Amino acid sequence: MIRNDYVPFVSEIKDVIKHTDIEYTFRMAYVGEVKPGQFFEVSIPKYGEAPISVSGIGKDFIDLTIRRVGKVTDEVFEHYVGDSLLLRGPYGNGFDINIYKGRELVVIAGGTGLSPVRGVVDYFSKHTDEVESLTLISGFKKPNDILFSEDLARWKESMNVILTVDYADGDTECQVGLVTEYIPKLKLNNKNNTTAIVVGPPAMMKFSVQGLLNIGIPEENIWVSQERKMCCGLGKCGHCKIGDVYVCLDGPVFNYTKSKTLID
Amino acid sequence: MGYIATNLELDSFMSELAKKYRIFAPKRFVNSGIFSDTDCIRYGEISSVNEMVFDEKSQYSFKETILPIIQTLFFFTEGNTNEADIPQKDIIVFLRSCDMHGVKRLDDMYLNNGPADYYYHQIRDKVKFILMGCKQSFENCFCVSMGTNRTDRYDMSIDQYDDIYRIDCKNKVWQKQLDDMNIPQEAVTPAYVTENSTSVSIPENLDFTVTKSKMWDEYDTRCIGCGRCNFVCPTCTCFSMQDMFYSENGKVGERRRVWASCMVDGFTDVAGGGSYRQKKGQRMRFKVLHKVHDYKQRNGYHMCVGCGRCDDICPEYISFSNCINKLSKAMKEVSK
Ligand SMILES: Cc1cc2nc3c(=O)[nH]c(=O)nc-3n(C[C@H](O)[C@H](O)[C@H](O)COP(=O)(O)OP(=O)(O)OC[C@H]3O[C@@H](n4cnc5c(N)ncnc54)[C@H](O)[C@@H]3O)c2cc1C
Ligand code: SF4
Ligand code: SF4
Ligand code: FES
Repeated sequence: MIRNDYVPFVSEIKDVIKHTDIEYTFRMAYVGEVKPGQFFEVSIPKYGEAPISVSGIGKDFIDLTIRRVGKVTDEVFEHYVGDSLLLRGPYGNGFDINIYKGRELVVIAGGTGLSPVRGVVDYFSKHTDEVESLTLISGFKKPNDILFSEDLARWKESMNVILTVDYADGDTECQVGLVTEYIPKLKLNNKNNTTAIVVGPPAMMKFSVQGLLNIGIPEENIWVSQERKMCCGLGKCGHCKIGDVYVCLDGPVFNYTKSKTLID
Repeated sequence: MGYIATNLELDSFMSELAKKYRIFAPKRFVNSGIFSDTDCIRYGEISSVNEMVFDEKSQYSFKETILPIIQTLFFFTEGNTNEADIPQKDIIVFLRSCDMHGVKRLDDMYLNNGPADYYYHQIRDKVKFILMGCKQSFENCFCVSMGTNRTDRYDMSIDQYDDIYRIDCKNKVWQKQLDDMNIPQEAVTPAYVTENSTSVSIPENLDFTVTKSKMWDEYDTRCIGCGRCNFVCPTCTCFSMQDMFYSENGKVGERRRVWASCMVDGFTDVAGGGSYRQKKGQRMRFKVLHKVHDYKQRNGYHMCVGCGRCDDICPEYISFSNCINKLSKAMKEVSK
């Protein structure tokens, strides 16, 4: 008998962590194999579904960091109280940790783009011996938009963290400027042995990859995570298709050599 | 095994089949065509062979018989989800060679691209196909170019000649029924065409650089993004999800999937106003390359089966086959 992948299951909300007014992390009961970079469809009857990346993985839970932007996500924020959510997944290929082992790793994240890579950064922040060097450049619009502040503080102790905001009204502890400004300043021993992961809004990804190529990081060492409209997550509905690729099946994580051939 | 049956004989055979199967075939829907006073030939349930239309091409393909336009996936009740019932009765679908090749595309999409689709699988398991031979090519058909003009993947074939039917039956159970009815045997090969008035040639060197060609711009203003070309296509498989509610409080309802189209507005819209392929020409490019380039890259054979329904239906007289034939020139343009 074939499994019915469309029917969601009920997952209990174990905890809610409020980062900003419109961005919360929901800690959801879940037991099973999940990789950072994979995603779940969060489902609210009457409102539909939204693909959300796992931002944290534990023995009996997954974290979903959700930004309130529309129909489904509004409803999640309005009605989650002490309750549960309907989920299906995990979907997508996710990040393969092994690719980054034994190399210098640079992770560049824009805004909520930090969620899908949080698992990767967290893993290596705890296993710094498994990489030659480890840098995170994490950019947000304003100091109020910063996500995962506690993680960022913790990560600072074991790795190189560059936290930037596009602009700040008053004093701030973080750097001010775009993530791309910090790429030429990266101190790397061997660019050919450096891998980079870039996740964020389309424009930020474009210029960050350009920046990495400019400093001599080979394109096959760059990985990106793509977002597209999705309805099924199962390679059927066609909404996420670009060229010969289905973002939900073949991605969302792509090597840049593949990603650059995808013409919307 | 070949048989020659009269209308009466075939009809009584069909009424036998109708006891076990729901039978779908092209039917005439009077005055429901796209222009006034025109009929629409499309799929509907039949119980007699006399309801079928043999001598015209159906405007819509067989697709809706195994991939419903609207399909309920499950129901929501207070805190619960209940799977929708799957039709119990077996199904027979009458179709032509190009469409039989279309079934292979639907199968590869719904059973092999990612995990097998539960709902499609349930219906597909119950379907038998009866081929309608093509004695002559119809307007805009280009199956010969696509290599889809012949097939031997059928349970039975039926060709109509005046008042007799030439049948080739591969299904053992049905053979026995025909034998029991004493229907005379004779070797039968289903009719098929060997040439069409339309032909296409897909350049060998076709690749994504063709996206840079100016040829796509022509469609920016000509195409109105109505998506009809997708809906009549036997190989288009896209859908969107929709939640429907029966009560105001939103406690009881259903989630469905409905056919979608890469040619219409909103297909790629994401939160915050993001959208891809806003221009109609870019959508045309995406569709055309899917049918004759990137599907093949993924599956090893072309998606388009050459039924020509997209050309038949387009209100703007945009010809898909013409567009394919412009690709050679476009490749030259971009490789300069
Ligand atoms: C692989 C993947 C991972 C994602 N991870 C996260 C995450 O970790 N946190 C987060 O906050 N957001 C994430 N998103 C974006 C999130 O899916 C959208 O913000 C969400 O779908 C918006 O739904 P809505 O109904 O609230 O918004 P509306 O604007 O009301 O959405 C309308 C429709 O568009 C679709 N849609 C809108 N935006 C997107 C989008 N970006 N991608 C796919 N479909 C979309 C929705 O499914 C819905 O059908 C991710 C998207 C993808 C594709
Ligand atoms: S495309 Fe070929 S097989 Fe299909 S209806 Fe036309 S002639 Fe028949
Ligand atoms: S090509 Fe024709 S049928 Fe297709 S969307 Fe454009 S106008 Fe409609
Ligand atoms: S989300 Fe449906 S095919 Fe990818």
